[in-house]
Amino acid sequence: MPVNFFPAQFEVLRNTDKCIGCRACERQCANEVHYFDGDYGKMFANEANCVDCQRCVCICPTGALKIRPNENAFRESANYTQQIMIENYRQAGSGGVLLSSMGTPKDYPVYWDKMLINASQVTNPPIDPLREPMETKVFLGKKPGSIRKNPDGTINTELPPHLELNVPIMFSAMSYGSISKNAHESLARAAEELGTYYNTGEGGLHKDFYQYGGNTIVQVASGRFGVFKGYLDAGAAIEIKMGQGAKPGIGGHLPGEKIREDVSKTRMIPMGTDAISPAPHHDIYSIEDLRQLIFSLKEATEYTKPVFVKIAAVHNVAAIASGIARSGADVICIDGFRGGTGAAPTRIRDNVGIPIELALASVDQRLRDEGIRNEVSIVAGGSVRSSSDAVKAFALGADAIYIGTPALLALGCHLCRSCHGGKCNWGIATQRPDLVKRLNPDVGYQRLVNLVRAWDHEIKEIMGGMGINSIEALKGNRLMLRGIGLNQKELDILGIQHAGE
Amino acid sequence: MATKINADNMHFKDLNHLVSSAGDRDIIIENTLGQRYIGTRASGKNIEVHGVPGNALGAYLNGCRITVFANAQDAVGDTMNSGEIIIHGNCGDAAGYGMRDGKILIKGSAGYRAGIHMKEYQKHIPVLVIGGRVGDFLGEYQAGGRIVVLGIDCENECPVGGFCGTGMHGGAVYIRSEHAPKGLPAQVKCADASPEDIEAIRADIEEFSAEFGCNSEELLGSHFFKLSPNTANPYKQLYVNN
Repeated sequence: MPVNFFPAQFEVLRNTDKCIGCRACERQCANEVHYFDGDYGKMFANEANCVDCQRCVCICPTGALKIRPNENAFRESANYTQQIMIENYRQAGSGGVLLSSMGTPKDYPVYWDKMLINASQVTNPPIDPLREPMETKVFLGKKPGSIRKNPDGTINTELPPHLELNVPIMFSAMSYGSISKNAHESLARAAEELGTYYNTGEGGLHKDFYQYGGNTIVQVASGRFGVFKGYLDAGAAIEIKMGQGAKPGIGGHLPGEKIREDVSKTRMIPMGTDAISPAPHHDIYSIEDLRQLIFSLKEATEYTKPVFVKIAAVHNVAAIASGIARSGADVICIDGFRGGTGAAPTRIRDNVGIPIELALASVDQRLRDEGIRNEVSIVAGGSVRSSSDAVKAFALGADAIYIGTPALLALGCHLCRSCHGGKCNWGIATQRPDLVKRLNPDVGYQRLVNLVRAWDHEIKEIMGGMGINSIEALKGNRLMLRGIGLNQKELDILGIQHAGE
Repeated sequence: MATKINADNMHFKDLNHLVSSAGDRDIIIENTLGQRYIGTRASGKNIEVHGVPGNALGAYLNGCRITVFANAQDAVGDTMNSGEIIIHGNCGDAAGYGMRDGKILIKGSAGYRAGIHMKEYQKHIPVLVIGGRVGDFLGEYQAGGRIVVLGIDCENECPVGGFCGTGMHGGAVYIRSEHAPKGLPAQVKCADASPEDIEAIRADIEEFSAEFGCNSEELLGSHFFKLSPNTANPYKQLYVNN
């Protein structure tokens, strides 16, 4: 019998005093961890299959279950960690590229946690959002660089197309295929109720969701899945996906087994064949080529919709953003390297790209320096985890933020980082009908609305504390931030002073 | 009645507005010189283009027929959904990128990256016919549809450039030649076309011949290679869950 080189990564702890043998865990686990052995008359667990999604723990009516990391330990090394050893065993056993999901779990600096927010004392008093109006509405699109007058002397109030956001938070791109129909429905309905937008990702727009088109950003990526005139017309804005924070320089690949009938119809491709989004757009090799695609989309939609360009935060992001701002794009979306994904090669996810905080600060500064900041709005995403992260993002120059992972958390995700397996027990990252139905969109959409409303209120409170009453006044207001434990180079890039200065 | 538009010195935005708002079905554009996106948001029109159109001719094309009586530039029929584009000359790079249905017939040769990521869906099958030769990267990531390269007037060598069919996982490429393309990737199978294969492209070649005045029987009687993917899931074995 071949020896397995590494043990199960998780232990299933079952309190036999509490377990009533109802077998709910067994029914709920798509990974087939739990099973009932009739001979022994009790439950057992195949721990090797466990991904620590916490579904069984949450569902167990008597609280009899705990999942925890396997306490077994390889001989300790700070260099060759157990994780790296296991990854090498996996590759030696399969010859495969390591595939992971969601944002990197590695211990990179989180600059949000190294910045502190200002508050007013005595002078310039704080504002109480409960009794005074606070503006968290934002508009995304080009702002005129000067006042223009009509021939009769009146002011020309014609603006390029804008998106109006009642809250400065949008749901970032997650395709139908990578997530379930019920997850998409939850996002679409929440966006509509909140007066904001969700993003189709590159998987097309399901026919049932055209009704939410006014709150939908439709994405165009290198695979062009589901892109046709009706799709472009349906959305409130169009986003060209050039890159994704979790996997810069890498395309997408939805395996054939996830292309079931509905996904196939939405992507407009046959069932069972892989949906491959090549890493590059093969018609884009320059800013000029990008401009060509932007204007083809504007032509196709008669200049009625803003066109977003989404890029991953990479080393030269400021120069790239400058090019995009000059290419005719209305909005630049920057996705930091800690952002999530439905599937990405582990090594790419964990090693490629830069943090959103640094990318955002340098892009905002570069566009200001070049006098073209008004040409584009900036949307920051890629691990904005809370309302305070959001406030810091606005102060670094973001017009709005994209949230992906927090939205999935609202739907039940426990960040087990196994989306690529397609067996999401929470009904989110799966196309299996028995699993998808576990996510009730009536509940899901309400939880999303709750989350964003709570964040919005917190943003108002934090802004009020600073004596600021609108996102517009907070945007790029770096005096409101101070660094803590950062070196001078980091402070310079972030454009902030150290705490105490 | 046909609407005549003199595109001399006209910006593409104005030209496309005139095209999409024209009342007539037939539209004749004269003095075209590099205007982009012609026909992109029109539907049900029959557009004649005299002069050389600019990039992204017929992008997202939805049911128009566009005839160009000169060469065309890059990105002809980008993400085309339905309709026909007939080019009485050569065309530039990236023709038929991501097209899903409809036909592009090119009398002459096409540049690099033709037919990349063409895909088919239900009864929608895109067709790209190139009369002459074609540059490198033909049919990369092809997911469906038919690409036919006729190689007219380059009978002594393979009319297809290098790196053909990388990532191909659907559809087929037919090449009229005695010389098979070199350096095909492992996931692409190259075989002599069978009589059934020739039947599959008979209508395409007859239409091409009728448009451009060729002898379809002579073309159909020649030797063809057929390239097709070995698998619909070329990357299945590439990964290990981590």
